[in-house]
Order: sequence, then structure tokens, then C-alpha cells
Amino acid sequence: MKYQSQAVAMPYFIAAIGLFVGQIVFGLILGLQYVVGDFLFPEIPFNVARMVHTNLLIVWLLFGFMGAAYYLVPEESETELFSPKLALLMFWVFLVAGALTIVGYLTVDYATLAQYTGNDILATMGREFLEQPLITKIGIVVVALVFLFNVTMTVLKGRKTAINVVLLLGLWGLAVFFLFSFYNPTNLVLDKYYWWWVVHLWVEGVWELIMAALLAFVLIKVTGVDREVIEKWLYVIIALALVTGIIGTGHHYYWIGTPQYWQWWGSIFSALEPIPFFAMTVFAFNMVNRRRREHPNKAAVLWALGTGVMAFLGAGVWGFLHTLAPVNYYTHGSQITAAHGHMAFYGAYVMVVITIISYAMPILRGRACNSPKAQVLEMWAFWLMTIAMVFITLFLTAAGILQVWLQRVSDSPMPFMAVQDQVSLFYWMREWSGVVFFIGLLAYVASFFVKGEEKATGA
Amino acid sequence: MSGTFTKAMARNIFYGGTVFFFLLFLALTFDTTKALPKTDNRHNITPAVAAGKHIWETRNCLGCHTMLGEGAYYAPELGNVYTRRGPEFIKAWMMSQPTGAPGRRQMPNFNLSDEDLNNLVEFLKYTSEINTQNWPPNIEG
Repeated sequence: MKYQSQAVAMPYFIAAIGLFVGQIVFGLILGLQYVVGDFLFPEIPFNVARMVHTNLLIVWLLFGFMGAAYYLVPEESETELFSPKLALLMFWVFLVAGALTIVGYLTVDYATLAQYTGNDILATMGREFLEQPLITKIGIVVVALVFLFNVTMTVLKGRKTAINVVLLLGLWGLAVFFLFSFYNPTNLVLDKYYWWWVVHLWVEGVWELIMAALLAFVLIKVTGVDREVIEKWLYVIIALALVTGIIGTGHHYYWIGTPQYWQWWGSIFSALEPIPFFAMTVFAFNMVNRRRREHPNKAAVLWALGTGVMAFLGAGVWGFLHTLAPVNYYTHGSQITAAHGHMAFYGAYVMVVITIISYAMPILRGRACNSPKAQVLEMWAFWLMTIAMVFITLFLTAAGILQVWLQRVSDSPMPFMAVQDQVSLFYWMREWSGVVFFIGLLAYVASFFVKGEEKATGA
Repeated sequence: MSGTFTKAMARNIFYGGTVFFFLLFLALTFDTTKALPKTDNRHNITPAVAAGKHIWETRNCLGCHTMLGEGAYYAPELGNVYTRRGPEFIKAWMMSQPTGAPGRRQMPNFNLSDEDLNNLVEFLKYTSEINTQNWPPNIEG
């Protein structure tokens, strides 16, 4: 690696992968609870397992983003990190806070946890994805601010590239919009309205800046294509992302007590949201086709291309599938939503974090790339996880179509639980796909321990 | 992309577009804020509703159920459960959990007091009266 301080990225990446494994274990538990309803009840009720599953996802992606920033920012700025010590300290603070929160979810009754952690002073808990106790939320803000201070100071004293600036904008946006998680009015409609300022403006807003910046960085490194070209693409993609995505928030404002005109704003702008993802796919393939060098890290190139394709499918196509108001009227809050959520998170954010880990980790370990043997295993992991996720999405979509038909479209609508029984075959198939995903993940973890010849072929 | 379209132009489109559409979003938010009293049923928010929402949140109901279509998809929609089942059924249901039926999805018993249960029902009554543009399509949620 070019700068010593980039090494602080390593613990962040390791923690990210560790928590990823935890996330998938809980995913398998949830998938089984869908079909064997009393599995692990009352030890781990569904709502607890789900909270662990989604919160682990968010936390490990944040670890991934931070690690990525600590790796990328010094290299782009051409200077050492402002304070590696601070970065390491924050790593431990975040890891301990995250671990304590998860242990709290699993061992303490949620209402009691709320009582002990100051929820009566400022009630912020019990809302989807923002279930964290108040003290954890404050901890996240502190860690984020110290992290932002550290990377911003680094950029300020070094070179300010487009990639650096876009990454910083994304990360600052992430922190700023998280502040809306502290706003929880009794008025449910207002509560939901601003809840989306965290959730939507993260995943369909500022996170896309982070994702595009990381992808652009890796593409510059592995293809050797001129920076000017890649940075121009970067700006075009994020312009498209925010121009469509900000007003696209409206696709969440159809049925929550907000004015009807959001059905127009939301439908029109969110129908355009696939465009930036499509541009990202074209961009990734274009740059790899125009490569000026053969980078020996084939696995990283595969992850980069995969990110483009899967983000377009998951976020773009599966998002479009149910984003138009007349369609969403029937699909809102069904398994269609779950299908989209899974593939979009995997395709966009999971894969981009693995892309940067795949590129950076060998370098952090003192080599340009892993041995061909390790790379082959990593590529097996890529295909297993990616294909498994495609099937998870397809099965959930099938379940969703049936669910919507039986419960909402049919002339004699069936009750929710009766419908769930009808579609259980698809839940079983989803669970088996989940097992394959887990095998892929284990292969991915194992690939870090495969030694083989150090010298890469085709370098 | 042709040579005439430069990085600086792309950057300007990004900054200009973002600022413009964010301001538009703020304007729409301002308009929505003014319009909300007509649809969000705020005049029925009582201390009991507020207390009920607190119960709703601290029992992590959204971890299994949806509320106006948002939440988890493991258990029925509750935005309209007041209309679907009525207050007495809801209370009796909460008290009789878990069913313990083998292989069936289980809901914990939250050991709520009568007052808690009444507040929760008040909250669910309030949510059922929010103008959701006729969503869900039918009573089953």
C-alpha cells in the first residue's frame, strides 16, 4: 500500500465480514420461522431476530464504508491519514457499541431495554431499522463525527479529487440525514414522513454517492483508464441518482396519510431511478472493456462488474416493478417489497463493499492480489452468493404475486395468515436458497485463508 | 461520451441538479406540512393515543407486523386492524398469546395492563382513521 495509515482499514474490513456472517445466520433463522412458525420461540421471537438481521446489515455496511474511506482517502489525497490512532479508537468504540446493542436485543426484553437506555427521555426506538437504543444512536453520531473529522482533515491537507469530494459528500450526507432518527413525533404520519428522510435519502440518495465513488476508485485502479473519463462518468451517474432519487422519495408517500399528489411526483421520478443504476452497469463494463492494463486481481474486477449488474437488477428493475402508484396500491408492504429489499441491498451495497475489500485486502496484506487458488475460491463465492440471491428474490417475488392476488386482488380476499399458508412452498425454496447463500459466504471467508502460490499469473 | 462534454460540465449538472431538486423537495414538504391536518387525523391524537404509540414502539410491533404497509411482512397489517377486528377482539387476542400451536407462527405475550391495552387500542383506532388514499385495497390489509 502507498500510505502506512491505510492499514487502519483492515480491522474495519474484518469486522464487516464477521458481522456479515452473523447477519446471514439470523437471516436463515428468520427464513425458517416463516415456515416453522414456532422455531426458537420464545427464545428468539421473529421481531428480535429481524432486528438483529437488519441492524447487523446496517452496521457492517457502515464498517465497510468507513474502512473503504480509510483506505481510499489517503491514497486519493496523496497524504497520510490525519489520525490513524483516532481511527483505531473509533473502530473499537463502534465495535463494542454495536456488539453490546446486539447482545442487548438478544438478552433483554425490548421494552426493558428501552426503559434502561433513556427511551423515556427521548423516544426514538421501535421504528423499522432505527430500533437502536438512544445511547447507541448517540454513539453512532459520535463515531460518525469523529470519522468525518478524520477523513475531512485528510482531504483538506491533500489532493481534492472528484472521487474524494463525492465520497465525502456521501458520508456527510449519511451523518446529517441520520439526525432525523432522533425526530419521532406522536403524529404517525409526520413520524413516517421524516423516517424516510433517514431510510430513503440514505439508500436511494447519499449512499449512492458513496457507492459510485468506491466503484470509480476501484475501476481506476483495476482498469488503468484515464481518471478524467472515470470522474466524468462518476458525476453523470450521481447527478442522475440525486435528480431522480430526491423527489423519488415520494414513492413512499402514497399511502401513509400524505396528500394524493405524491402519487404523481413519486411515480414519475422513481420510474427514472433505474437510469443511474443502468448507467453504472454500462460504466463498469465500458471501463473494463477499455482497460489499459490486466490487473492480476480478477476477483475484484468480477465483484465490480457484478455490483453494476446486480444493483441495476435489484435496485433498478425490482424497484421499478412496484414503484408506480397504481401497482404499488396492490403490492405495498407485501413479499414483493421484501424481494426488492434483499436484492437491492445485496446488489448495491453488499457487493460494492466486497468489491473494495476484494481489491484492498490483498494490498493491505502486502501483495497486489491473492494467489490464483484463493481467487478461484473467491469467485466461486461470488457466483454462489449472487445466484442464490437471484433465487431468493425470484421466490419472494413469486410468493408476493400470489399473496397480492389472494389477499388483495381476488373478489373474495383471504385473510393474511391463510394466504401465508398458501405460499409456504416458496418460503421453503427461499430458505434453501438462503442455505446456498450461506455456503457461498463460508467459501468467501475461507478464501482469505487459502495460501497457494504468491506469484499471480497474467500480471 | 464525446469530447465536448467535459468533466466540469458533468460536475455542474450534479451540483445544480441536486440543489434544484432538493429545494423542490423542501417546497413539496412545506406544502405537505400545510396540507397534512386534512388527512393525518391529528385532531384525534389524545394522551391515550400517544401512550398507545409508545407501547407500539417499545414492544417492537413493527418487527413482525406492517403499519400502513411499512414494517415486517411476517404478520398482518395493523393500520386497519381496529376496523377489521374491533377493540375487544384486539385486547382478547393480546392477552391470549402465545397460542402455542405447534409449527404455527407465535406472538409473544407482552403482559400489558388493562390501561396499556386500552391505550394501544386507542392508537390503533387513530391509525385506522388516517386518510390513506383508500389503502389497503380491502379489509384484509
